[in-house]
Amino acid sequence: MAITGASSSGGAKDGTSDSSSVARRNSKKPKYSRFTQQELPACKPILTPGWVITTFISIGVIFIPIGLASLFASERVVEIIDRYDEDCVPLNYTYNKLAYIQSSETNKTCTKRLIVSKQMKSPVYIYYQLDNFYQNHRRYVKSRSDKQLRSKASEDDTSTCKPEAVTENNSPIVPCGLIAWSLFNDTYGFSVKNKVLEVSKKNIAWKSDQDNKFGSDVYPKNFQSGGLIGGAKLNASIPLSEQEDLIVWMRTAALPTFRKLYGKIETDLEANDEITVVIQNNYNTYSFGGKKRLVLSTTSWIGGKNDFLGVAYLTVGGLCLFLAISFILLYVIKPRPLGDPSYLSWNRGHTS
Amino acid sequence: MKRYVYINDDESSHDLYCDNRISNRKYTLLNFLPKNLWEQFSRLMNQYFLLIACLQLWPLITPVNPASTWGPLIFIFFVSATKEAWDDYNRYISDKKANEKEVWVVRQGIRKLVRAQNIQVGNILWIQENDELPCDLVLLGTSDPQGVCYIETAALDGETDLKTRIIPPVCMGIDYELLHKIKGVIECPGPDRDIRRFDANLRLFPPFLDNDLCPLTIKNTILQSCYLRNTEWACGVAVYTGNETKLGMCRGIPKPKLTAVDAVIDKLTGAIFVFQIVVVIVLGIAGNVWKDTEARRQWYVHYPMEGPWFELLVIPLRFELLCSIMIPISIKVSLDLVKSLYAKFIDWDYKMIDQETGTPSHAANTAISEDLGQVEYILTDKTGTLTENKMIFRRCCINGIFYGSESGDALKDVELVDAVSSGSADVVRFLTVMAICNTVIPMKSKTGDILYKAQSQDEDALVRAAAQLHLVFFNKNANILEITFHASTIQYEVLETLEFTSDRKKMSVIVKDCQNGRIHLFSKGADEAILPDAYSGQKTRVFVEAVEQYTQLGLRTLCLACRELNEDEYREWSFLFKEASSNLVDREWRIAEVCQMLEHDLEILGVTAIEDRLQDGVPETIETLRKAGINFWMLTGDKQNTAIQIALSCNFISPDPKGQLLSIDGKTEAEVHRSLERVLLTMRITTTEPKDVAFVIDGWALEIALKYYRNAFTELAILTRTAICCRVTPSQKAQLVELLKSCEYRTLAIGDGGNDVRMIQQADIGVGISGREGLQAARAADYSIGKFRFLKRLILVHGRYSYNRTAFLSQYSFYKSLLLCFIQILCLWNQSFQFFQLDGL
Repeated sequence: MAITGASSSGGAKDGTSDSSSVARRNSKKPKYSRFTQQELPACKPILTPGWVITTFISIGVIFIPIGLASLFASERVVEIIDRYDEDCVPLNYTYNKLAYIQSSETNKTCTKRLIVSKQMKSPVYIYYQLDNFYQNHRRYVKSRSDKQLRSKASEDDTSTCKPEAVTENNSPIVPCGLIAWSLFNDTYGFSVKNKVLEVSKKNIAWKSDQDNKFGSDVYPKNFQSGGLIGGAKLNASIPLSEQEDLIVWMRTAALPTFRKLYGKIETDLEANDEITVVIQNNYNTYSFGGKKRLVLSTTSWIGGKNDFLGVAYLTVGGLCLFLAISFILLYVIKPRPLGDPSYLSWNRGHTS
Repeated sequence: MKRYVYINDDESSHDLYCDNRISNRKYTLLNFLPKNLWEQFSRLMNQYFLLIACLQLWPLITPVNPASTWGPLIFIFFVSATKEAWDDYNRYISDKKANEKEVWVVRQGIRKLVRAQNIQVGNILWIQENDELPCDLVLLGTSDPQGVCYIETAALDGETDLKTRIIPPVCMGIDYELLHKIKGVIECPGPDRDIRRFDANLRLFPPFLDNDLCPLTIKNTILQSCYLRNTEWACGVAVYTGNETKLGMCRGIPKPKLTAVDAVIDKLTGAIFVFQIVVVIVLGIAGNVWKDTEARRQWYVHYPMEGPWFELLVIPLRFELLCSIMIPISIKVSLDLVKSLYAKFIDWDYKMIDQETGTPSHAANTAISEDLGQVEYILTDKTGTLTENKMIFRRCCINGIFYGSESGDALKDVELVDAVSSGSADVVRFLTVMAICNTVIPMKSKTGDILYKAQSQDEDALVRAAAQLHLVFFNKNANILEITFHASTIQYEVLETLEFTSDRKKMSVIVKDCQNGRIHLFSKGADEAILPDAYSGQKTRVFVEAVEQYTQLGLRTLCLACRELNEDEYREWSFLFKEASSNLVDREWRIAEVCQMLEHDLEILGVTAIEDRLQDGVPETIETLRKAGINFWMLTGDKQNTAIQIALSCNFISPDPKGQLLSIDGKTEAEVHRSLERVLLTMRITTTEPKDVAFVIDGWALEIALKYYRNAFTELAILTRTAICCRVTPSQKAQLVELLKSCEYRTLAIGDGGNDVRMIQQADIGVGISGREGLQAARAADYSIGKFRFLKRLILVHGRYSYNRTAFLSQYSFYKSLLLCFIQILCLWNQSFQFFQLDGL
């Protein structure tokens, strides 16, 4: 096609230069090409019943197996969810949870038992899930300094970190900002049958974050030293790139209900095992009515437990098949000629 | 308001009236920027974008980088300002050229070359042959001893034939030198735009004193932009100058045109804006409430307890910025871009190149292509637009013998050629009438060819045809006509010319054969005007048949007749004629009456049939476009019969059983009213029938109808699919366009001459045919095409494509931005109405 186009435009050019010797006229005459003449091959599908039915059927045929596969995969994921924010408050503080969590005297340790319903193959991922926590709040999400996190040289670059930018005597806080300041500080200890389960906290953050966004020469400084303590404290001798809990926390969630990776258990958990969890319940979600959950989950090829994808595929596929079948029936029972102009709005008046 | 022009008075009137500086400019160097910006910002959408862009400069509330709005905004403004500036610069250059042209003007009694811009009212100007007139003049003298001069008025009314202008009678005989010293006063009306009327009086001062006021008419004037032709020189006094000339007053400022799609987009934008405000208010309140109840409890957000005074406004304004993408700023840029591409496609189209002249079509206005796809009414000129404006002699019937047939013209008919060479008396007489019964002026060109300058193209065709049949009209010297026939020269003296008027529908000349002194009356005219005057006993049936046959073929017919007058009869009549000619009241009517006294007992010689050839493909084009649901109106300055004939031959109206042509006529209000009511009644009844009903109206009746019965006429205009308006002036054409536009119809006006310019500018879309009558129409038009038939492709291909594409693009733009915006709004339910910053910009 390209060849014919080129040759015809060449021919037209020759023709014009031959026919009119006047240069001015020649320049006035437009050049020929398939584009200028709007003759480029174009394709505009006409939605004939055949085409529509075939398309719907093929969509249905492709989507339903995908949906079934992902639903099946999701089913195989074993997940244990335990809400502990309510249970971990002593009874005498039930009506004054805020005082309990804000007091430094109260005992924050809390023990919970979880039953493993099905065998969980390692690695078992441990998440904490927060509800009604707006990590996406405009004030919150802006309050960080990526430059400061990346390199020691821009330690003083805290202009975006307000109101947690500097200490009272104007020395910069590293890491600065509300996000780091409000770092989650509950901790969990696991044991099965009095045997402590090792929790691996390595490689829970994104590799790219560790390598590029958090500097290996940046050490925490003046962190949580002000009058108002937000969340967890950081070990000032470990560089930020190794502070994986912080890195996980700093990757802010888009939605108010979110899970963050706490660690991994590298051994298999058998069915009906009883896991004893010792929780240090430090983090304040009581003031804004947030919930805290502990989640243990395995994974499959589609990730964690997620039925939505499979259901969505099945719904769309099913709908397409249903439409295809109804179009076929309509086509068989009450066919009408293709491209009949009497159906056009301005012709309808005459026929009826 | 009257103005008094003192001729050749160097002192007075300098400050009273403007000088002759022409200015078509819209801007000056100083006011360009503010004026242009003001104009651009008078568009609501631009104001909106400016507001958004300004809000974005406030970092507290902006969710995005301000450059994302300022960049496109500045770019758009820059592009359109540049375009305006370039257009205005071109106007400035052409004005400057006209203003700095040098003309001969009398100053202090001496003739000097003066720049055209310095001409004052009252100055005496000298114009040479082929000069363009710099301002409106009243003639005082010409090189012609009879005080006649010829002008070409193509730029004014689009007619290319030469017109005669005559000096006022009081100035007759004033010699060349005295013209420099002439003094007097002209009393004339203030500047107006009527190019067919000039009611003024002239009084000369001593020593040229004349007792009476001398009345002046348009015949005594030459208007700006006419050309002086065939006259060595002419001199006159400037009465209107600069932008106050008749042409300058006619030149309306073309308003920028807005397409229907633009209007819809504007409306949609308004609706979306209202919706956006509602969303902003609702979300703003929700956000503020949430902030005060929930956010204060969220310790990790660290909300300050006290905010600044505008705190309540911050959240709604942020929402406003966030929702501003609901109205896509890109739509203007992308529409402008694709629209210029549509225009380019029209320029490039190989199928719309006029092969004869090699001119491609051109879209001068790049902004309105999609309106082509929505045209409902096409108002078309006739001559030169539907027809070629090239009259060709096709057939004739001499004394009952038909010459010319399907296979060939009469000129090539062997029988006729034989009859000519054998010198058949009937044929020779017929040819003589063809050659001299007219107002044609023959001119010898340098190469020796004879060129004919004719007022009407029909006469030109007849004279040419006679010349091809060896009866050559080759010289007109004052009243002496000279023709050659087979190498012998015959001289005729013209005694009187009984001019053509549309009422009489015929014209005659009275000539005296210089050889034998016999006096002849030669007449030609429409069949209904000539045939009843045949002498009793002549069988006219064959001529009626001939006329009918030719009309069926769409030819313009003329009957030729003659009568020999005896000396006494002529002398007696001549006396009456002179008396009637000098009559001041009802002159035209009196003359007609006197003429009728002579034009009877005619011997009918034959019938001629002339073809104003339709352009190729006109009937097909009209039929296709009518099938597409487009209504046609024909507006022509031509006479009714011709207009109807052409209309019939190009499928404009259908012949009798299928179609019906109703006529609105009348000279007085009451007559027009009655006729209008009758037509309206018929029209109301026949709307249900599958019959093509059309009406025909002439300029005079139209004037009355538009003035007194506008509502009735508007109703008629809506009911009818086809109309023919004949003998209409340029401003009436524009009025009709205005009328249809006021009924919310999309109108397209197509024409080729200067007389169509106003209609073209008035219509939603103006199409000019770059044809024989010059380029005025093409220059004023939004689109210029070479031939009428390209209209089909222009409307049905380019118009449709453009409309579909624009519709798709604008719908898509709105869809896209609404979709994006809705995603954000839905997200807000998960975002505590505080929305995070977009992509960290």
